[in-house]
Amino acid sequence: MADLRVDFAGIKAPNPFWLASAPPTDKEYNVVRAFRAGWGGVVWKTLGEDPPIVNVSSRYGAVTYNGARVAGFSNIELITDRPLAVNLREIKAVKRDWPDRALVVSLMVPCEEESWRRILPLVEDTGADGIELNFGCPHGMSERGMGSAVGQVPDYVEMVTRWCKQHTRMPVIVKLTPNITDIRAPARAAKRGGADAVSLINTIQSIVAVDLDAMAPEPVVGGQGSHGGYCGPAVKPIALRMVAEIARDPETSGLPISGIGGISTWRDAAEFIALGAGSVQVCTAAMHHGFRIVDDMIAGLANWMDEKSHGVIEDFSGRAVRNFVNWEALDLNYKTVARIDQALCIKCGLCHIACEDTSHQAIAYEQSEAGRRFSVIDAECVGCNLCYHVCPVENCITMVEEVSGKPKLTWKHHPNNPMREAAE
Amino acid sequence: MSGDAFLSEEPDIASHRRDEAALVCDFADAHKPLSPDAALVEASRCYFCFDAPCTAACPTGIDVPGFIRGIATGNLKGAALKILEENIFGGSCARVCPTEILCERACVRTAQEERPVAIGALQRRATDWLMARNLQPFTAAPASGRRIAVIGAGPAGLACAHRLARFGHRVEIFEARAKPGGLNEYGIAAYKLPDDFAEREIDFILGIGHIAIATEKALGRDLSLASLRRDYDAVFLALGQAGVNALGIEETPLAGVEDAVSFIARLRQSKDKGSLPIGRRVVVIGGGNTAIDAATQARLLGAEEVSIVYRRGPAQMSATGDEQAWAETHGVGIRHFAAPLRLLGAGGRVRGVVFQRTRLDANGAVVLDRGEFTLPADQVFKAVGQRFVLPETEGFPVVKGGRIVVDAKRRTTIAGVYAGGDCIAGLDLTVRAVEDGKIAAEAIHADLSEAKEHAHG
Ligand SMILES: Cc1cc2nc3c(=O)[nH]c(=O)nc-3n(C[C@H](O)[C@H](O)[C@H](O)COP(=O)(O)OP(=O)(O)OC[C@H]3O[C@@H](n4cnc5c(N)ncnc54)[C@H](O)[C@@H]3O)c2cc1C
Ligand SMILES: Cc1cc2nc3c(=O)[nH]c(=O)nc-3n(C[C@H](O)[C@H](O)[C@H](O)COP(=O)(O)O)c2cc1C
Ligand code: SF4
Ligand code: SF4
Ligand code: SF4
Repeated sequence: MADLRVDFAGIKAPNPFWLASAPPTDKEYNVVRAFRAGWGGVVWKTLGEDPPIVNVSSRYGAVTYNGARVAGFSNIELITDRPLAVNLREIKAVKRDWPDRALVVSLMVPCEEESWRRILPLVEDTGADGIELNFGCPHGMSERGMGSAVGQVPDYVEMVTRWCKQHTRMPVIVKLTPNITDIRAPARAAKRGGADAVSLINTIQSIVAVDLDAMAPEPVVGGQGSHGGYCGPAVKPIALRMVAEIARDPETSGLPISGIGGISTWRDAAEFIALGAGSVQVCTAAMHHGFRIVDDMIAGLANWMDEKSHGVIEDFSGRAVRNFVNWEALDLNYKTVARIDQALCIKCGLCHIACEDTSHQAIAYEQSEAGRRFSVIDAECVGCNLCYHVCPVENCITMVEEVSGKPKLTWKHHPNNPMREAAE
Repeated sequence: MSGDAFLSEEPDIASHRRDEAALVCDFADAHKPLSPDAALVEASRCYFCFDAPCTAACPTGIDVPGFIRGIATGNLKGAALKILEENIFGGSCARVCPTEILCERACVRTAQEERPVAIGALQRRATDWLMARNLQPFTAAPASGRRIAVIGAGPAGLACAHRLARFGHRVEIFEARAKPGGLNEYGIAAYKLPDDFAEREIDFILGIGHIAIATEKALGRDLSLASLRRDYDAVFLALGQAGVNALGIEETPLAGVEDAVSFIARLRQSKDKGSLPIGRRVVVIGGGNTAIDAATQARLLGAEEVSIVYRRGPAQMSATGDEQAWAETHGVGIRHFAAPLRLLGAGGRVRGVVFQRTRLDANGAVVLDRGEFTLPADQVFKAVGQRFVLPETEGFPVVKGGRIVVDAKRRTTIAGVYAGGDCIAGLDLTVRAVEDGKIAAEAIHADLSEAKEHAHG
């Protein structure tokens, strides 16, 4: 059986599945329930200075796609709305009772050294395993000069990280906002400031929907709405790419990454880990289904690792990073064509209409006594995969390699490239 | 069966065999409507197929993926319009169509996972939505000055009338019975079209205007085809099948023996179902829809033993597999391979039926060489098929094989006379009757327009 234990920037946990700093980790009550359910660690809901902030009602919006609820999720909540002392007392109690789990405390205080100097010893006193700097919250807090307002300025990221490293012995994880053009800049800044790790992504600035009766963005608060932070399954592709960019950046290579964004299953987690994450954090999936989802995450990951003969997480962590290249490094002589398994085909015609209307007219449609038939015209197929994605039947369309026998040819050396480099 | 003792017993036919509450419950909707949430989930199962096979399998060619997408996106009005545009009886078809041999059989999900998209139930969701809002989506074109006579106010006649009204033609419907609706009103099982749905649907259809219905006016009895042809620009015959087939054996009249269709009509028309007397032991002879509906409803009324007896096998029954299963789950026994030989009576009242066991020969013909058996019965329903009755009027179009002969546009052999529905050859289903009415209306409109052009030219 695979060993799921992780040592993330010196923080040990029985498995890589942590709950992200959010409502699921706001109180002792929730966190204890999470640990009972089997979560390897939590990042406590972000603490700030007293007096606590005040939240609005309502707070969440969501995207239902084709009947699937919470395909995307958006919130306009702020950091914890409970007094600092209450949170600290509960953190201490939880850490005492659950010494084997990772307990990281998320922090957001004004961008002044004194504020950080004041709060860090209080956190350290709880026995927590580390801190996570919330530079990511895209709403409410950023307008007060905190959260993503800091995260969007690499110099601030570096400065605050440095203060924290000076005033605490705890590992410092810097949580990055995706609301920035080049995610590598704040990651590099964090590293320069001495960060032990980064975590990403925080939520994406968004308007999740417009209430067409109220004529206001959702969630509607007294007839008006604000922009919120978008997360959930819909943001996973964005998060994966940002994690991978940091993982392959020579300047930050080796910096531990905690992957966050749309993780709902063990497979999602495995993908983040393959692209360089050392642990993963989950929020929306838990808010959607409750803590019990971690069961299948743990068992699923372990079973897959057994199947692939990965004994420990490090065995596959970052393994996909070297295959994440820029487009111009791809082989233009590599070719696939679509193959339809006629025995599986249910004749829905989706492949045909997709290719016919929007791609390469490479799927023929015939009607005869024998019924409908859809077949690929090999000579027209460019191997774009569109039909493969729209076909509703598992394994009915496969993309098979057409061996050209030609050597690898990239854009760099392609005759059509006016700026091509001569072949070596 | 111990001897012939039952012959000397009094027939046991009684009303109120079951209590009122149970009857109300069982004669209500056979299938509950989908809740809005369930409809969304079901709608999302539709793949939105290209050149969709379900549409091809619908006799009225409803754009199934199109209307289902409307349900999925919350555009229920658009969904209902898509349905009604092709099939003005979309509401009753959603309830009575044997979808398992039509659209749902063709659904690609049937091939994929043996569970089609519930097209009928979704169609009901959309049409109910519209009807509940009393929306009248269709308007008649400005009056054309043309008048068309429609004979028979069943689905075929009404569908034709509605389409003609949309073209601006004035329609007069002549109906032999006291109420319009045809078999929707007098034939379809009570739990398929419960309460006053058939009536409400007709009100909805007539809401377009331009259509008048004269009831208790029969072609042959009160009207002649010649006078109709003289007084109207066109005539559409939608006569259905007013007669029933005989058992083909000697039938001495016995009390307790009845045509299944009359029993069903009485049942449909009675508000207090419990007041209908029903036998303790009921035998239904036949293998179609009518047999299934008569037998199932006899059970619901409280008959203890109900048997359908059919002379061939399950595969040859015109009732679909789902319908046979429906009867069986209601406790109806289906006995195949037996043909009636004679009715047994005592004191002028039926006591049983003697059947001959049958088998099919290599050509599928019934062979009677397997001996006999007797089923005791307090009541016997005959359901061996309906048939078209030729109205007694001169100059009627050609009839072949017991049905009016028409071309693809539903034109009969007489100019200006069209026909459709159960009185012409084809599947005897509501949805087919609607399509015939639609095609005939298009043809009448086209033929009249053409005639007008010629007149001008
Ligand atoms: C018991 C039973 C159950 C059925 N169940 C189903 C089902 O579940 N699903 C389904 O799709 N189909 C079912 N059908 C078939 C369906 O009802 C018919 O196919 C459909 O009603 C045919 O429509 P129509 O307009 O051609 O005829 P009808 O509905 O029969 O209408 C014909 C009308 O013409 C009138 N008429 C007849 N002669 C004259 C005359 N000389 N002058 C004036 N008016 C006249 C009649 O009174 C009647 O109102 C069932 C049929 C029966 C008998
Ligand atoms: C296959 C593909 C190719 C695209 N190519 C371009 C492009 O060449 N130029 C461009 O401005 N946007 C391009 N886009 C982006 C689209 O214009 C659009 O902005 C994007 O898909 C978001 O819209 P949607 O998800 O609602 O379809 C492309 C999108 C797709 C899916
Ligand atoms: S891979 Fe692309 S081009 Fe080829 S058949 Fe499929 S959709 Fe058409
Ligand atoms: S999309 Fe798939 S199932 Fe549908 S016709 Fe094409 S190959 Fe067949
Ligand atoms: S065949 Fe089935 S899945 Fe395809 S469009 Fe029709 S209902 Fe939808």
